[in-house]
Amino acid sequence: MSPPAPFPVPEHPRTAPLSIHDMTVAYARRPVLWDIDYDAPPGKLIALIGPNGSGKTTLLKALLDLVPKVSGTVRFFGESYRSARGRVGYVPQRGSVDWDFPVSALDVVAMGLYRKIGWCRPVTRRYKNLARQALERVGMQDYGARQISQLSGGQQQRVFLARALAQDADLYLMDEPFAGVDAATERAIVAVLHELRASGKTAIVVHHDLQTVTEYFNEVVLLNMRLIATGPVEEAFTTENLRLTYGGKLALLDEVGHKMALTGEERR
Amino acid sequence: MSDRLVDFLLLRDYTTRWALLGTVALGVSAGVVGTFMLLRKRSLVGDVVSHAALPGVALAFLAMEVRAAGSGRWLPGLLTGAALAGLTGVLCATFIRRFTRLKEDATLAVVLGVFYGVGVALFSIAERLAARMGAIEDFTLGAVHSIVAADVQLIAAAALAVLVLCGSLFKEFSLLCFDAEFGAAQGWPMGPLDVALMGLVVAVAVIGLQSVGLLLMVAMLIAPAAAARFWTDDIRKMAAIAALLGGLGAFCGVLASHLVPKLSAGATIVLAGSVLFAISLLWGTRRGLAWRLLEHRRLGRRVARDHILRACYEAIEAERGGPLDADTSALVQTPLPIERIVELRDWSRRQLERGLAAAERERLTTSGPDGRWRLTEAGATAAARAVRNHRLWELYLIQYADIAPSHVDRDADRIEHVLGPEIISELERLLAERRPQLAEVPPSPHVIELSSASR
Repeated sequence: MSPPAPFPVPEHPRTAPLSIHDMTVAYARRPVLWDIDYDAPPGKLIALIGPNGSGKTTLLKALLDLVPKVSGTVRFFGESYRSARGRVGYVPQRGSVDWDFPVSALDVVAMGLYRKIGWCRPVTRRYKNLARQALERVGMQDYGARQISQLSGGQQQRVFLARALAQDADLYLMDEPFAGVDAATERAIVAVLHELRASGKTAIVVHHDLQTVTEYFNEVVLLNMRLIATGPVEEAFTTENLRLTYGGKLALLDEVGHKMALTGEERR
Repeated sequence: MSDRLVDFLLLRDYTTRWALLGTVALGVSAGVVGTFMLLRKRSLVGDVVSHAALPGVALAFLAMEVRAAGSGRWLPGLLTGAALAGLTGVLCATFIRRFTRLKEDATLAVVLGVFYGVGVALFSIAERLAARMGAIEDFTLGAVHSIVAADVQLIAAAALAVLVLCGSLFKEFSLLCFDAEFGAAQGWPMGPLDVALMGLVVAVAVIGLQSVGLLLMVAMLIAPAAAARFWTDDIRKMAAIAALLGGLGAFCGVLASHLVPKLSAGATIVLAGSVLFAISLLWGTRRGLAWRLLEHRRLGRRVARDHILRACYEAIEAERGGPLDADTSALVQTPLPIERIVELRDWSRRQLERGLAAAERERLTTSGPDGRWRLTEAGATAAARAVRNHRLWELYLIQYADIAPSHVDRDADRIEHVLGPEIISELERLLAERRPQLAEVPPSPHVIELSSASR
């Protein structure tokens, strides 16, 4: 068994969209993430992959200061999260909120603008227009007035994406945006990802579907409590690295390996 | 009785006037704060706050009596004590939930019990020390008619402050209730905002101690908000309606207690609120039970109608031996082959005739002078639409869900009625990719069972 792909050089580029240095996160003294050390290359679509319980969501939350870090530092564009907040957009898991809440899709998208609007000020027409533009980018312009419980799961996911887009960030952290969505939503999200990349922005996306990794992403981060491998899809997304990440679930892996071989041939 | 009503409505009676103003101000502010508590799923926190306030009242009384005998009933002092104790209680609950593994319900139960127990004990001490201490019932069940002008000024000022705070932090509180984690990631101080909201609950509960009493305070907070949820899907309107219902409930309650002597106003206020809640539960336009029932029946009728129209279309199609073109004239001209429809479907002749008659009321079918049924122009269009939706969905299922074609029909019968325009256009796109030659109405992917027709 060959060792996992080498970790990035410890020297951290100053302006990387995201640069994590030796981060450890623990819940009730039990570490869930060990010594994460990673620099995200700018302008790439990065898939964050790992089995259930491998700490993907925790990693995102730790980056955003939502769960405390035991040790380590995180820099966004060379700054702390506190000062770089406006440049980082966050798309939480769809299941994290109550969709029966009495607000419209447009109201939710406008929440991404609250920081710009500031304390105690109402959402003025100008910001409503910005929110509407964000909805348009995910193909939801006709659903702005709809109460969020009357949207399908995929549409709800797109509303969450639009809320982050409204913020006009440079780095997006998305937690499972593709989970349980319909074909139209999947296409809309992929289109947005390409759009982001074309305008030089970076997206780190927690992704479950190993089948589509090669199709949708440029880079991968394989995680199982510690970093298994990182790098361009062609180099790091190998059957060997997946085996190290997922352990013994071989049937699944062989299938992916097969798929990889096929897409590899297509590329040639 | 009518004299009393006139007295009340003209606000002639001094006590009633102030009691009314005080409780309506309380009802309005409780409605708004309750909206946020309900949406934050912290409905029971109001109960903890009001119960936890009791030892504060007793301690404040004792402290003031010790300082100067006879001054213990000074209301601002008592309410300050209540507020401090209520806030302590709710902070205790928050602290325990956050730093131990106890769940919210257990935490609230423990805090409520401990504080209330201490309160009852302190009250018995206070009563022994000074007979002038008001009875504990005044605070547990409320004593509206003990409210005087000076109290009302205090209550109104507090209620106004609560409303102003809720209004100016509306957007922030909404974010807290909907997605606190996203708010925190955006840099909003969610912890302090949460405490501020708790503070508002404490303020409302404390000003309500005197009128409705601590036992029923939670109903005052939550019932108007819960009722308002049945009228709207917009949080701003929900808060406004809750304020209205809270004020109205307080008004009606004080009125009722004024008309029927010896009826506790605290109880009637809450009962009035409960009546408003029951009305909203049944007739609320957004999700009231009555409307839901109506909606359900309307959907049932639409489903039945589409079935009939589709059966007509398919029978005509079968008669003519091939897909119909986009032009609906053939559909309108051909008399409906009743026998054939009966055989194609599981319906009896009577069921079919009843369905056709129902469709006639909607001007979708007509029975001509020759006694034969035909589709009208509108009916033909609707039939073509129903068939098209149905078949698009069938194809979608066949293509994506690996369902054997012979099993599709039954599923589609139910699901086609929930297809939105977006899915339809999506299906059209998929189908156009797959079969560019498809006409307006694609041919049925499974052979319509004509075998039974030839029996």
